[in-house]
Amino acid sequence: MAKKSAIKRKVKAPESINEQASVSEQSENEEDEDLLQAVKDPGEDTTDDEGIDQEYQSDTSDDLLFESDEEGNYLGRKEASSGEDEQGEEDDNDDEEEEDEDEEESGSSDDDAKDDQPSGSKATLSKTTGDSSNIAVAIPPRRDPSKPEYENSDTSDEEDIRNTVGNIPMHWYDEYKHIGYDWDAKKIIKPPKGDQIDDFLRKIEDPDFWRTVKDPQTGQEVLLTDEDIALIKRVNSARIPNPEHNEYEPWIEWFSSQVEKMPIKNVPDHKRSFLPSVSEKKKVSRMVHALKMGWMKTTEEVERDKQQKRGPKFYMLWETDTGREHIRRIHDPVSAPKRDLPGHAESYNPPPEYLFDAKEMKEWLKYKDEPHKRKLHFMPQKFKSLREVPAYSRFLRERFLRCLDLYLCPRAKRVKLNIDAEYLIPKLPSPRDLQPFPTVESLVYRGHTDLVRSVSVEPKGEYIVSGSDDKTVKIWEIATGRCIRTIETNDVVRCVAWCPNAKLSIIAVATGTRLLLINPKVGDKLLVKKTDDLLAEAPSSDVIESERIKTAVQWSNAEPEEQEKGVRVVITHFKPIRQVTWHGRGDYLATVMPEGANRSALIHQLSKRRSQIPFSKSKGLIQCVLFHPVKPCFFVATQHNIRIYDLVKQELIKKLLTNSKWISGMSIHPKGDNLLVSTYDKKMLWFDLDLSTKPYQTMRLHRNAVRSIAFHLRYPLFASGSDDQAVIVSHGMVYNDLLQNPLIVPLKKLQTHEKRDEFGVLDVNWHPVQPWIFSTGADCTIRLYT
Amino acid sequence: MRRPKKYESGEATQYISRRAALRKLQLSLNDFRRLCILKGVYPREPKHRRRAQKGSSEIKILYHTKDIRFLLHEPIVWTLRDYKIFAKKSGRDRAIKDFRNLKRRLALFPEIKLDHIVKERYPTFIDALKDLDDCLTLLFLFSTFPSLHLIPREQSNLCRRLTIEFLHYVIASKSLRKVFISIKGYYFQAEIKGQKINWIVPHYYPFKPQSRQEVDFKVMSIFVEFYTIMLGFTNFRLYHGLNLAYPPQFPSGVLQDNDETLKDESSFVSERIAALNFELLRTDKLQEDEEEPDIDMELLEQDGDSKRIIKMKQDAQEITRLRTLFKGLKFFINREVPREPLVIIIRSFGGKVSWDSTVFSGSTYDEGDESITHQIVDRPSLATQYISRDYIQPQWIFDCVNQRQLLPTNQYFIGEKLPPHLSPFVDAKRDTYIPPEERALHDPSLIETHAQSDDESEEETAAQEEEEDAVEQELLDAQLQRAYQEETAEYKKYGGADGVNEDEEDSDDEQLYEDEDESDDDEEEELDEKAQRLLEEKQKMSVQSGKVHKVNKRQVHKAEVDEHRLQARMVKPRHRNLFRKLIREKQSKEKEEWLLRKKRRNIDTDAKEQKKTAKRDARKAAAAAAAAAAQLGAK
Repeated sequence: MAKKSAIKRKVKAPESINEQASVSEQSENEEDEDLLQAVKDPGEDTTDDEGIDQEYQSDTSDDLLFESDEEGNYLGRKEASSGEDEQGEEDDNDDEEEEDEDEEESGSSDDDAKDDQPSGSKATLSKTTGDSSNIAVAIPPRRDPSKPEYENSDTSDEEDIRNTVGNIPMHWYDEYKHIGYDWDAKKIIKPPKGDQIDDFLRKIEDPDFWRTVKDPQTGQEVLLTDEDIALIKRVNSARIPNPEHNEYEPWIEWFSSQVEKMPIKNVPDHKRSFLPSVSEKKKVSRMVHALKMGWMKTTEEVERDKQQKRGPKFYMLWETDTGREHIRRIHDPVSAPKRDLPGHAESYNPPPEYLFDAKEMKEWLKYKDEPHKRKLHFMPQKFKSLREVPAYSRFLRERFLRCLDLYLCPRAKRVKLNIDAEYLIPKLPSPRDLQPFPTVESLVYRGHTDLVRSVSVEPKGEYIVSGSDDKTVKIWEIATGRCIRTIETNDVVRCVAWCPNAKLSIIAVATGTRLLLINPKVGDKLLVKKTDDLLAEAPSSDVIESERIKTAVQWSNAEPEEQEKGVRVVITHFKPIRQVTWHGRGDYLATVMPEGANRSALIHQLSKRRSQIPFSKSKGLIQCVLFHPVKPCFFVATQHNIRIYDLVKQELIKKLLTNSKWISGMSIHPKGDNLLVSTYDKKMLWFDLDLSTKPYQTMRLHRNAVRSIAFHLRYPLFASGSDDQAVIVSHGMVYNDLLQNPLIVPLKKLQTHEKRDEFGVLDVNWHPVQPWIFSTGADCTIRLYT
Repeated sequence: MRRPKKYESGEATQYISRRAALRKLQLSLNDFRRLCILKGVYPREPKHRRRAQKGSSEIKILYHTKDIRFLLHEPIVWTLRDYKIFAKKSGRDRAIKDFRNLKRRLALFPEIKLDHIVKERYPTFIDALKDLDDCLTLLFLFSTFPSLHLIPREQSNLCRRLTIEFLHYVIASKSLRKVFISIKGYYFQAEIKGQKINWIVPHYYPFKPQSRQEVDFKVMSIFVEFYTIMLGFTNFRLYHGLNLAYPPQFPSGVLQDNDETLKDESSFVSERIAALNFELLRTDKLQEDEEEPDIDMELLEQDGDSKRIIKMKQDAQEITRLRTLFKGLKFFINREVPREPLVIIIRSFGGKVSWDSTVFSGSTYDEGDESITHQIVDRPSLATQYISRDYIQPQWIFDCVNQRQLLPTNQYFIGEKLPPHLSPFVDAKRDTYIPPEERALHDPSLIETHAQSDDESEEETAAQEEEEDAVEQELLDAQLQRAYQEETAEYKKYGGADGVNEDEEDSDDEQLYEDEDESDDDEEEELDEKAQRLLEEKQKMSVQSGKVHKVNKRQVHKAEVDEHRLQARMVKPRHRNLFRKLIREKQSKEKEEWLLRKKRRNIDTDAKEQKKTAKRDARKAAAAAAAAAAQLGAK
């Protein structure tokens, strides 16, 4: 160490003398520090201009310093700098660099320790007396707290400056011998510069050469101390230059929430803080004035105003209760219906019968997913006291649904029929006023073994004849219910008809394809005899029958064995006969063969034993035919319609539209103006022939297909038999006054027949004089109701 | 002339679908909904949907074209559009944190004005009264709500204020007519200017969080927005009709000025108003009883007495009586009893009422007041009871109002099993099932007769049992004797006790309708007839004295039914479906009635049976005790 300092002294000897002279008055310590500053300051001053240079150079200096940790690195540094052209230049540069670095260091250390020691650590750079004591100063001394901070000097003006050229780039002096001027305005002569060889030799010889730098201002060489180098190293490795500085000192909370007795800062308060502000005073007075005048409002007032403004304002909107001001309204307003008011079931304490029992509870639970199917929309509950009643859980939901109803449910004005069901039943006279009519079953005629298809009453009203599927025809005495005679036939008996002419006793029986004319041999003996005579032989006729008729019908007298049974004439048809009906006078009779195509309806004349086919074309499947009681008219019922033909003129008079699927039978009022039609689709139709081709009234009295229907000859009654085993007797009054509509009143339902294979009543027929009705059923019986 | 194309005229142009309406009004669906709710525009049901929908048969929401055109001219449409603009701009301010601008904007929030809509929807005041039902029910519900996301605190406060104001009017005008406790809430019916107004006050704490699908509070909130305005105006007019100051105030004498009141006057007053216990400030100084009904009566008397007028007179009298039903009575409401509904009822019928001061402010006297006539309690027992007052359950108040008279309190005493609470809203003369309690109310004679018959039957049963118990009789007698002596001794000690005869009354009620059982005995008759016939056949051979022909009721009835059925089949085809529907309704109604009657009968018989067994058990126990006593005596 001593050696180093000695060299230093030797090198800078001339200058140190000067220096000593200039600052002799100052104490040693101070002197040191001043000197340090003097060295440092020019560097600081030059930073403005040379900053860029410095930066530029710092790259190389970096290299230098990194490699200079070891001695061998010196060569490396040389290599690095050997890239430049001139050796001398290079040296200069090197020197400069080193100096710059020093300056940097001093600057940076200065910055770090600004608070504590503005004088910096440059004591090491002192060329004068520094010695070991100076070196000790290099470590920044802690400031004595008792001393004031700015005791020494707080300006840079008093720095020791030897060269007065100021802050200029020093290369301006490159061409001169001097480097500037000292305080006495004398030239500072550049120190003699050895040639390259000298330098080289020095490099070799002087072990401290690497730590020698040149002061650019004075041109003197300065030897860097160990401390300086340590400092430089620390700076270059981006550490805090002061090795003593503890980075991790415990944190002292100066500015805490606690109020200290003494101020943290010792800085005296500014004067402003003691004097009231004039401008503020003006502002405040202006505000006070505004408040007084009501131009300005306090925040409270503003808030209150806002509060008041927020709520709605109410006033007298309607001047009177009912007065109406004309304003445009929604078109045709429909007010929403009010909700139903609660009944007993909704009570919190209802009568016990309103509570659900187990069955109702089950039903309630069953419709959990379809609540609209429930009887009530809530479950009645009983609470012992009002205290126990909870809030209704669906209350909100119900109110919400009501709201939805109010704005989303389509509204319309509808006339709601608030009538009793009774009101819809037409006002009809009571059946009691319309007697007589059959009310009770009085006789049952048993004897047939299969379903009885047809029944017919003798014109005088003493006997009936019935035809059954057991291939027999039976003749019964009405009054006793005794079967007088049983006539067996070869085939199923489809229809029987007693000749309506009281002077003849003939029964027409349709069995299979044959039509038998039977003399029942009951009643008046004379009449029987006369009938026999009449049917004994065929009247001779010269009319040649057409082929069409011949192939369809053959008349013949009965065989002897059949004669025994009473059969007199047999009319053989080409197809099975469905129905046979007499003309009122008993001379003509008509048969129906549904399968006969265009020859399905035939008219036979008994007196001439002749047959006619009235229609040349088939108009459909003929169901039944009927003679008009008075006029020469012929009714033909096909499946859907009824056609009325004039037999004299041979033309169609009318076509009645039934609007039904399948006609089963028909019956004409004795006066001939009204026709009743029964259909298989449960309906009965009343046609007023004068009025229209459409039914005057359609009755749906039966629950099943209606099989037959019949008018009474004398009484205003008609009856219908149906598959629902009922015979319904109705009142059907036809008035002579044409303006008055017929009166139809259902009177009595007689339901005593038993059901057999879907069939109930097959045929009904009235007694010619009494209000009695005969019905045949599938239960093999004939019943008489009186 | 050009022939018009299909759907260019007629029903197709009368209706407009919602989508088309939205497009025409240029509003979003939410805004349109809001507009519809506020303006009271609703969809229409067209006569021919297919035609109205231009041939498509799916069900669409159709509005009347004129309604939509009417909405087009509504000024609040612009406010709704302003909302949108406001939301956009304030959102932007918030996003860029321009709070100064935001504050300025918030102050300029476009307020919706609904006054003109109220006037337009309800051109007359009566119209508004007619539509008050839903309004009141919804506002009473909302007044209980906590502050919710979609329902601001202010709205529910306003609801509370308006409903309280309305209740004050009801009390002041004494217009309450019917009240009913249902499981859903308290039903009230008031008659204001001849309009019957019903509303429901829910039971305590009706609010429950609801899922979005179940309840959309937004929609309800919009309704409330309109209804508050409407009720405010209605209240204003109603108050003025009674010469009351509209924002309700108290006359200066009512409230004592102490520190507490002076501190926060507004909240103090609003609390007292909510208490419903004070008269409000009147704008006219003289305060006399109304004499309007009397004048009406005189006018009616001049008209003479046709049936209708007599009825009106009766009604008027009844109502005057009802108005002073609780006059002179002093009630005290116990803590556990819901205060508000009872206060409304008692005060609107002239009673005085108070409650524990810790329950709610505004109580006028405390429980210790000796002049209290009735204390309303809803707990099984009470530790300290005053002799001077009746302790009744709240149902008594409700039943009294519905009966329009003060009922005997013994059935409603504290801890007593209450008689069923019947709805006053059902028509007394309806043809459906009427529970026996209600029938007894309409015709008090029924109770007595049945009570008598009941007594008789009891006597009979007693007589039967006497024979059975003949052996024990002597023992019993001795026991009874002793018991009687003890009892008299006790009686002397403690003075007279009341309320002993309740058991008997209960039994009266329960055995009211025995005759219903008897009405169904057709079958027995038929059996009788068969037996008779058999007898006749047996004794055919001999000559018998003539017998009166007895009509078989059942057969006659059947014949009648048949006849009626046949006639019913003559209903005109075009009425047939309607007829069937009516018949079906009638049948279901009858079935319902039958079911209720059957249930009641079963319940009654069960109760009777239970009572009988209980009695028998009691008797047996008494006999056993007597025997034991006798043994003791012997020792």
